[in-house]
Amino acid sequence: VENVRLLDRLSSRKAALGTLYLTATHVIFVENVSETRKETWVLHSQISSIEKQATTATGCPLLIRCKNFQVIQLVIPQERDCHDVYISLIRLARPVKYEELYCFSFNPKLDKEEREQGWKLVDLNEEYNRMGIPNNYWQISDVNRDYGICDSYPTEVYVPKSATAHIIVGSSKFRSRRRFPALSYYCKDNNASICRSSQPLSGFSARCLEDEQMLQAIRKANPGSDFIYVVDTRPKLNAMANRAAGKGYENEDNYSNIKFQFIGIENIHVMRNSLQKMLEVCELKSPSMSDFLWGLENSGWLKHIKAIMDAGIFIAKAVAEEGVSVLVHCSDGWDRTAQVCSVASLLLDPYYRTMKGFMVLIEKDWVSFGHKFNHRYGNLDGDPKEISPVIDQFIECVWQLMEQFPCAFEFNERFLIHIQHHIYSCQFGNFLCNSQKERQELKIQERTYSLWAHLWKNRADYLNPLYRSDHSQTQGTLHPQMAPCNFLYKFWSGMYNRFEKGLHPRQSVTDYLMAVKEETQQLEEELEVLGERLANLQKSQLNYNKVKSKQQDRSKQLGLSTSNNSLANTPQEYSNDLKSFPSRSPSQGDEEDSALILTQDNLKSSDPDLSANSDQESGVEDLSCRSPSGGGCLPSEDSGKDSDEAVFLA
Amino acid sequence: MEFAELIKTPRADNVVLHRPFYLAVEGTLCLTGHHLIFSSRRQDNAEELWLLHSNIDSIEKRFVGSLGTIIIKCKDLRIIQLDIPGMEECLNIASSIEALSTLDSVTLMYPFFYRPMFEIIEDGWRSFLPDQEFELLSSVTDEWRLSCINKEFSVCPSYPPVVIVPKSIDDEALRKVAMFRHGSRFPVLSYYHKKNGMVMMRSSQPLTGTNGRRCKEDEKLINATLRPGKRGYIIDTRSLNVAQQARAKGGGFEQEVHYPQWRRIHKCIERFNILQESLIKLVEACNDQSHNMDRWLSKLEASNWLTHIKEILTAACLAAQCIDREGASVLVHGTEGTDSTLQVTSLAQIILDPRCRTIRGFESLVVREWLQAGHPFQQRCAQSAYSNSKQKWEAPVFLLFLDCVWQILRQFPCSFEFNEQFLIMLFEHAYASQFGTFLGNNENERSKLKLPQKTMSLWSWVNRSEELSKFQNPLFEANSLVIWPSVAPQSLQLWEGIFLRWNRPSKFLDEAHEEMINIIKYNKELQAKVNALRRQLAEMETDDRMQENL
Repeated sequence: VENVRLLDRLSSRKAALGTLYLTATHVIFVENVSETRKETWVLHSQISSIEKQATTATGCPLLIRCKNFQVIQLVIPQERDCHDVYISLIRLARPVKYEELYCFSFNPKLDKEEREQGWKLVDLNEEYNRMGIPNNYWQISDVNRDYGICDSYPTEVYVPKSATAHIIVGSSKFRSRRRFPALSYYCKDNNASICRSSQPLSGFSARCLEDEQMLQAIRKANPGSDFIYVVDTRPKLNAMANRAAGKGYENEDNYSNIKFQFIGIENIHVMRNSLQKMLEVCELKSPSMSDFLWGLENSGWLKHIKAIMDAGIFIAKAVAEEGVSVLVHCSDGWDRTAQVCSVASLLLDPYYRTMKGFMVLIEKDWVSFGHKFNHRYGNLDGDPKEISPVIDQFIECVWQLMEQFPCAFEFNERFLIHIQHHIYSCQFGNFLCNSQKERQELKIQERTYSLWAHLWKNRADYLNPLYRSDHSQTQGTLHPQMAPCNFLYKFWSGMYNRFEKGLHPRQSVTDYLMAVKEETQQLEEELEVLGERLANLQKSQLNYNKVKSKQQDRSKQLGLSTSNNSLANTPQEYSNDLKSFPSRSPSQGDEEDSALILTQDNLKSSDPDLSANSDQESGVEDLSCRSPSGGGCLPSEDSGKDSDEAVFLA
Repeated sequence: MEFAELIKTPRADNVVLHRPFYLAVEGTLCLTGHHLIFSSRRQDNAEELWLLHSNIDSIEKRFVGSLGTIIIKCKDLRIIQLDIPGMEECLNIASSIEALSTLDSVTLMYPFFYRPMFEIIEDGWRSFLPDQEFELLSSVTDEWRLSCINKEFSVCPSYPPVVIVPKSIDDEALRKVAMFRHGSRFPVLSYYHKKNGMVMMRSSQPLTGTNGRRCKEDEKLINATLRPGKRGYIIDTRSLNVAQQARAKGGGFEQEVHYPQWRRIHKCIERFNILQESLIKLVEACNDQSHNMDRWLSKLEASNWLTHIKEILTAACLAAQCIDREGASVLVHGTEGTDSTLQVTSLAQIILDPRCRTIRGFESLVVREWLQAGHPFQQRCAQSAYSNSKQKWEAPVFLLFLDCVWQILRQFPCSFEFNEQFLIMLFEHAYASQFGTFLGNNENERSKLKLPQKTMSLWSWVNRSEELSKFQNPLFEANSLVIWPSVAPQSLQLWEGIFLRWNRPSKFLDEAHEEMINIIKYNKELQAKVNALRRQLAEMETDDRMQENL
């Protein structure tokens, strides 16, 4: 469709004219400006909603909201075209078969061996070995081979040595969806562990000997402690309501030596609504400070993030400081439980704060234990009530920790944002389906590529320059401040307003430091080379010509790298549309009236001439400054970077 | 008056000091004329706390049996608690502190007693003189002149002795204009934009009154700053409503009929007690120890602090936009032209002028646009967030300005030569200091107090390399562009370095900062080494060649 206008959400005056293309996998908008031909690519699987608004004089507006928080506003001149686009997108954005998803057609031009290598990058057995398992207390169990007991669990599960198959099977029958207690994290320093399960089917009075034995076995696997914590991550009221349905929570009287604890994290429906409310705040056009803060508070989002963190902190403390093992569950044990276990692991073990370790963590606590990626993130058309930003919240918890511990993580914010992006993009197979079993049936590993390999290949982009493996923040357990430091939880504009570049700091400290570090590395190399040259020269005073010319080459190279550093000149756009500026000639005479009109003008709209003017100028600055900054800007769209995708344009 | 009269108990032993995030320490408390000194006296790890009495905002006392407790709340927002054994000692100490922290004579303040322990390399009182500023200006334009009309502070008591005005306006006309402006603050040059020759002027409100008085000289003066055919903008920092109300009290605003070449824009920047209350509420919220996330955000919202930040920044951006993008000259004023006006003119300069983002340039900006421009520091900074005095003239105007600078610094972390610590230091010294820089309300008062002769300038101390190194931003790379900050709510944050400084653990953030410095330091060292080696190699090669040639 031609002559489509792409509106800038921040200032309605900045619209780009271009052509809209629909392909099998993407919506592509190409600007008409001949030199730049700026392209905006949106994956169909990222589309979360499409809204056709009332036709205006200029055309028919179409609003596309994406799962990675991009909002695209198009105006299509012809009503009919708009309707066609709308209908196509509705269908394209809601695939019904896995095979329709992008990962099955995405081809990064890797051969079979490289693809297999990619899938092998994260190996969970290796991870359990790293934790020191199997050992005297824990063993791998094949009780769930062929998914015989629990179809949402992995085939290989780690359980206490003293838990026989009989106990496991018995316990599984007493747990929702048969998700019996299994090991998530083991702390080899003190034998304390984190186990996970679903809720027990206790109803008001039911009990199960095997389940009680299972918990006993978990306690015995930690000889240093005479009790375990059982943490129910739901609000007490929710858990009690479940009892009426024959589910519920452990009765302390029936289980010997447990300490039971509720930690109120709300359910997926509350979280979905909370995000919705927060996004509405983010989408407000020129909100006042009060609108924004009030809306943010009203959404409850940060309160929920804090609840998840507090639960993680509680568990990490129990394991690290008290040396007590913990069993975590919620209802089904695949949402809140996954959040809490992974936050606790991240706090406890510095390995998970490395890039590789973080991939392992997601693979362990989310992918392998059957977090329902397909349902939660709506990859296939499904029940909208199943959709909820569960892993988004975990990712935000990590970001909040990064803000508090700037040196503790090997990766940077961009790493988190790209993982979030790909959880929804379906470009890689990792997060397809709802369980390991489904992925195996679909032969995901043979038919798609692994995200982890892709991220690992580009790991230089994701490094935190402040990370040093010998820094004190990278050792041992992290101890974040709990209450009363509420103010430590901040709104993450880098995520939720990530496409509104104008809102973010215009210069990135991370990128600047990365450039400095890169230069430092080059300098180190050069220093070595120069040192050698010098020694050679001193030894034999020959070959000077050659040395000279080479040395000149070197210095040229270095000069380049220095200019790479000049991030100070990053582009700037004055995106403040609040700022108003009347420029029509003053209406003469009656001064008070005109003054009044003027203020209204000030409040409502900015002057078109001026914004056009400022646009142009900032555009000039844009061009002149972007080149030296190199990778300075946040790559917003992965898809935009992968050149292979151009294939689909045709 | 002798300070000794006020100090009934100069010393108390076995005092316990409590601070958030530190273990309680036992030690000795001493009171001197200007300081409260606490010393832990522990041999291994002696800890000393020196607190200026003038830094104390309020003091509370409590008794449990014979153990007295005083809670000291400081103007830099820190709160400390001292447990003092003995009711009498405690009462004595509390009343001494109360008396010493509320001395009403300026000449009794510490700066008049302070003797520097460092070598004075440069006299800060002479570092930023108007003549130097004018010299810079005259190298690019000859349309302006330095007027000594206010030499004896006879025309305008809150202006400095010399001001920069359009060349075509003589002193006689200036005198007439002064009669037409509130507090005689006639329009003067604030900033000259070299890029396009546009200017920013500042003044106070015109005294139009209800019957629309006019002053031909005033019109002529501000029109003299316009290029032929060009138009200018008047930014009134008050809402139209407030400006209209001001007419009843003899004030007002420029009316279109008399200023046809000017467009007036009203912004709404709050003043006085509204700002002070906002600060009090914000600090209360930051010190609140309750666990509830919702309450934190709603209290932050209710304080309106960030709303004020947003409004001030928006007005400053508007002024900068008029000058740089619209190519128009600007006149900024509110009522008196000593508060919101200065916030706008100084922030606009930070946006427009790269020089203001250097350490020296920023100091010069503070001197020009705040000290010389007659911001009444002594009145505004008499008390901070913990005071109960509620005087109309107390207001965190300067702190809001520093906060806005911090917001821009956060958005452009590589474009400023100074760091956050520099801004925090200025905040501290504006409220309590050993230096005379921020004493008095204007140049007139400062000259009467003979501050340059009797006290030390803050700049004499700061501009020594030992101190400067603490305030340098390791990420700085000169950026000659205009920097346009975002004023969207998502882009503005609470300035934790000020407001959460005493109630958040800062260890991990400090470590990160240190790491950053080390990365850059190591890079610079390597660079130096490589350059040295290269030079050595080059020299050896030339030697070689010469030998060869021989």
